[in-house]
Amino acid sequence: MKTPVLPRYARNFQSISLEEQERLASARVCVVGLGGLGGGVVEMLARIGVGSLDLVDGDCFDETNLNRQLFSSEKDLGVPKAHVARKRVGAINSTVNVNVFNTFLNRRNAQEIMGHAQVVVDCLDSISHRFLLQELAQTRNIPLVSGAIAGTAGQVTVIYPGDPGFKLIYGDPYDNKSSGIEEQLGNLAHCALLVASLQSSEVIKVLLGRGEVLQNRLLVCDLMTNSFEVMQLV
Amino acid sequence: MISIDLNLFATLRSFLPDAPKTMTVSQGTCVMDLVTKFGIPEEDVKLIFINGKRELLSYVLKDNDRVGIFPPVGGG
Repeated sequence: MKTPVLPRYARNFQSISLEEQERLASARVCVVGLGGLGGGVVEMLARIGVGSLDLVDGDCFDETNLNRQLFSSEKDLGVPKAHVARKRVGAINSTVNVNVFNTFLNRRNAQEIMGHAQVVVDCLDSISHRFLLQELAQTRNIPLVSGAIAGTAGQVTVIYPGDPGFKLIYGDPYDNKSSGIEEQLGNLAHCALLVASLQSSEVIKVLLGRGEVLQNRLLVCDLMTNSFEVMQLV
Repeated sequence: MISIDLNLFATLRSFLPDAPKTMTVSQGTCVMDLVTKFGIPEEDVKLIFINGKRELLSYVLKDNDRVGIFPPVGGG
């Protein structure tokens, strides 16, 4: 793909080289979940110039999404999130190839939805579904960039095939409630978009093969106390 | 006695509102003893970090350890 010379990427240089911009243009990323985290991740990956995006969510926007989900708007209440995401990416960057799946990822459709991606981004909102997504990504040898939020707290990690992954963060997959403390604390726009930014940064580093990636490490932050720490998981 | 720094995150902060807090505990105290002492429900403890490294409830504390305890975070 020869789109990177477009003036739209002029401000990416020199932080990203021309060769790296071309690499992003040939990259394909699957974003699973198009809510608070997913909307931010898709917006940033489209702007920076990731060439192909596979976008997955079976939900429609409702009024409770408006406080934080970037792609939600009053006029699109009731509209599938995947359809709004396609429209938004097209409006931001028409050079991006977009495939949308207005469905939820499962074992049956996983190959079709995520089988072509170089990186999968976990923007889900349930712990049990994260374990399934990790299994689906690892069996396909695809790195997974995961983010999660609750109130003013957030966390980000990167799970490669063969890594222990979520069991180090959430414990036994069969000994977990489907939700965490977000049930008590809700989700806030500024925290969602901060964590989406951190996830986008990890995606770019994985695709470009440079920088420190959060493999086997967990970045935890709490905006109420301005604490940011990177913890070693193994 | 040994000195530790204890930090509780997100919902757990209600069990120790002025965290992070430096405190003294007796030799041989493990993380589970701290969880019990502050009345934190065990099912709310998902991650324990000692000096930035993941450890288990059975970890026996050492002098000057920095202890962080996290609840499960799963929202998106």
